[in-house]
Amino acid sequence: MFGNLSDRLAETFKALRGKGRLSAADIDGTLREIRKALLEADVALEVVKNFISAIRERALGDEVSASLNPAQQVVQIVNEELIQILGGEARKLRYGKVSPTVIMLAGLQGSGKTTLAGKLAKWLKSEGENPLLVAADLQRPNAVDQLKVLGQKVSVEVYSPEVGSGVGDPVKVAKDSIAHARSKGNTVVIVDTAGRLGVDQEMMNQAKKIRDAIKPDETLFVIDAMLGQDAVNVAKAFEDGVGISAVVLTKLDGDARGGAALSVASVTGKPIIFSSTGESLDAFEPFYPDRMASRILDMGDILTLIEQAQKQFDEQSALEMAEKLAKENFTLEDFLEQMQQLRKMGSLKSMLAMMPGAGQMRQQLDSIDEKEIDRTEAIIRSMTPVERTNPKVLNGSRRTRIARGSGMSVTDVNSLVNRFEQAAKMMKTVAKGGTPQIPGMPAGMGGVVPRKRPKDSKKKTGSKSGNPAKRAAQEQARANGSGSQESGAGSAFGIGN
Amino acid sequence: MSNIFFWRKKREEEKAEANQSDAASNSQDLVATELPKRNSKAGIRSLFSRVKFDLESLEQLEEILIQADFGVDSAESIVLEVKKIAKTQGAQSEAELKTILAGVIRDKLATGNRELNLTSGKLPYVILVVGVNGVGKTTTIGKLATWLTQGNWKVVLGAADTFRAAAVDQLATWADRAGVKLVGPSSEGQDPASVAFEAVEYAVQYEADVVIIDTAGRLQNKTDLMDELSKIRRVIEKQAEIAEVLLVLDATTGQNGLVQARAFAEAISVTGIALTKLDGSAKGGIVVAIQNELAIPIKLVGVGEGVEDFAFFDPEEFANGLVA
Repeated sequence: MFGNLSDRLAETFKALRGKGRLSAADIDGTLREIRKALLEADVALEVVKNFISAIRERALGDEVSASLNPAQQVVQIVNEELIQILGGEARKLRYGKVSPTVIMLAGLQGSGKTTLAGKLAKWLKSEGENPLLVAADLQRPNAVDQLKVLGQKVSVEVYSPEVGSGVGDPVKVAKDSIAHARSKGNTVVIVDTAGRLGVDQEMMNQAKKIRDAIKPDETLFVIDAMLGQDAVNVAKAFEDGVGISAVVLTKLDGDARGGAALSVASVTGKPIIFSSTGESLDAFEPFYPDRMASRILDMGDILTLIEQAQKQFDEQSALEMAEKLAKENFTLEDFLEQMQQLRKMGSLKSMLAMMPGAGQMRQQLDSIDEKEIDRTEAIIRSMTPVERTNPKVLNGSRRTRIARGSGMSVTDVNSLVNRFEQAAKMMKTVAKGGTPQIPGMPAGMGGVVPRKRPKDSKKKTGSKSGNPAKRAAQEQARANGSGSQESGAGSAFGIGN
Repeated sequence: MSNIFFWRKKREEEKAEANQSDAASNSQDLVATELPKRNSKAGIRSLFSRVKFDLESLEQLEEILIQADFGVDSAESIVLEVKKIAKTQGAQSEAELKTILAGVIRDKLATGNRELNLTSGKLPYVILVVGVNGVGKTTTIGKLATWLTQGNWKVVLGAADTFRAAAVDQLATWADRAGVKLVGPSSEGQDPASVAFEAVEYAVQYEADVVIIDTAGRLQNKTDLMDELSKIRRVIEKQAEIAEVLLVLDATTGQNGLVQARAFAEAISVTGIALTKLDGSAKGGIVVAIQNELAIPIKLVGVGEGVEDFAFFDPEEFANGLVA
């Protein structure tokens, strides 16, 4: 059972990994797998067809056969093509020339427009803007109330002259909101509109009227990551009906394969600019095509992670941590500190899901008990400073004392120490530039290992992309060496992990 | 749905009538009712609106089915079956092939009991409505409540979506429209299981026929939220049997629909599916895979935002609509 597109491709590329030379048959076989993987990921058929033919053309060309590691080259091509479809460079929100900037949200019912409006308002505030939320979904029962509650939560004014639930004229509300924003000095206006079907002509006309009344600087088309093949029809309908300027992808925290992102970007040629990744109002971030492509290719969303980490990590302590890493004297004390830093960053699971190779650990990730961190913390806190810096002193009587102090059993203490030692060993390997071997990745360990990986992976990604030849050589060496070096939770194809 | 009778409690006036005409008084105080008919025909759009369908294009059938979200595996197996049947029957014409295709799809969807479990007579019937975010749970409940009220049923709604902003208000609006009682949280963010408990408790006291519990949308990979469903189930079962666990599935959903169905089935033993938003351009082909793998019957379809825009799922009608 494959968790998602990343996993499927990972599986596909495993077969290619380490091959010195690719035959046309190799490539065709791979492309068949990629086709199926993309279809199962809900990428629209017509998009898949174009994608596959582009890959085939390039894969059969010189750049592949001449390369040191053809398999990796194919991966590279897939990655590049994915990025291209997803919109190339990251695009920023477009502000209007005159204040207020007007943003209109449009999409199907239940795609997450209203929640997104709240998140967007919060984010704009943090960017120093003074947003106004406009309740122009007068269709769905109590959509207006929902927006009001969200506005209150993020301390943003909500313009809601109508009660909604079928009462009021959304075109008028939208139109009046602009004057309201001007008088109140708002710099951005976010207009939430009712969900509508692409085939509903009447509702599409209404959307068009709203658009004409407010002349938005951005018309954001909101789709959820679970959308299937219909994404193509819906996107075309909205593009023809209202004209969209960019796309927002919601519910990315689910396990949907998210192929709709590819479909919509490809069919409309419009960039995806934001993604929404959870029910908390902070679960909102700019969309980076290159990162999404990496995520699809299971290289992990390292950059996003680092950015989130940077917001929370005290820079000084991060620096110190990096030094410690380099010196290889990583202690339980550091371990605890990192854990506390991570805590601040939000849900552990969503952090871990961004890690390279996370696709293959998805099952384990899902079963992570966040309480496990509390328990681990309790154990470490029951140790003396000496024990924390040098776990080697932990003899039987010390362990018994720690167990009693933390309310855990000696077995729990033992297993924590074991996990820590394994992790420390892995980090040393990483610090030296090797590939960490993560044995089996037991569920309990999920809370431990990846914690250190943002940094390693950052380093490694850098060193690797800088020297693909060396990478290939390493790969080769490993292939020539022991045959069973495949790591359980390793990366898809030796990149970024 | 023709001859199925749903049993609800007799109203006082009905009891009085029954006493007058002794012959009809069966010992119970239940009465069999037929509920209003609903029609879904408007909802389904043909797969072949733009494509011709004949023996040559049979190869393309797989792609057509994939584009309707049937998924690669289901599409392959349907094409194989159609080919096999066409061969044995010597079918050639478009009409013949379409009949065969419709038959194959219908048969894949026709298994299992598609009636709502409102026939046991064990009142109140508890209907628990679950699904991921934004599929149309609350709207579906509004429609169901209205339908049951029109059949003179006593309905209670339980607003156990205490998470999403204004979800309780949204359900309250539907409750008003249907003229039914709503039991909601007494404080913000009250534990959903306790709201469900209170709703059922109220329904028992108030001798309601049906209590429908709305739950917060949850993505199926969030283990803690899925565990919450089991808790809701446990507390409800302290007071009444759960007649129906309806998983609401958005027809625009692609292959993740199967993952959703698997996860919810595992967490809370789903008894039926309500397929919503079928009035759009999406076909909801994933239900074939769901029915095949999990044998969960599709019971209801949603075809619009109006209070009467829903129907009982009819595989024949659905399949014929697809190939029309």
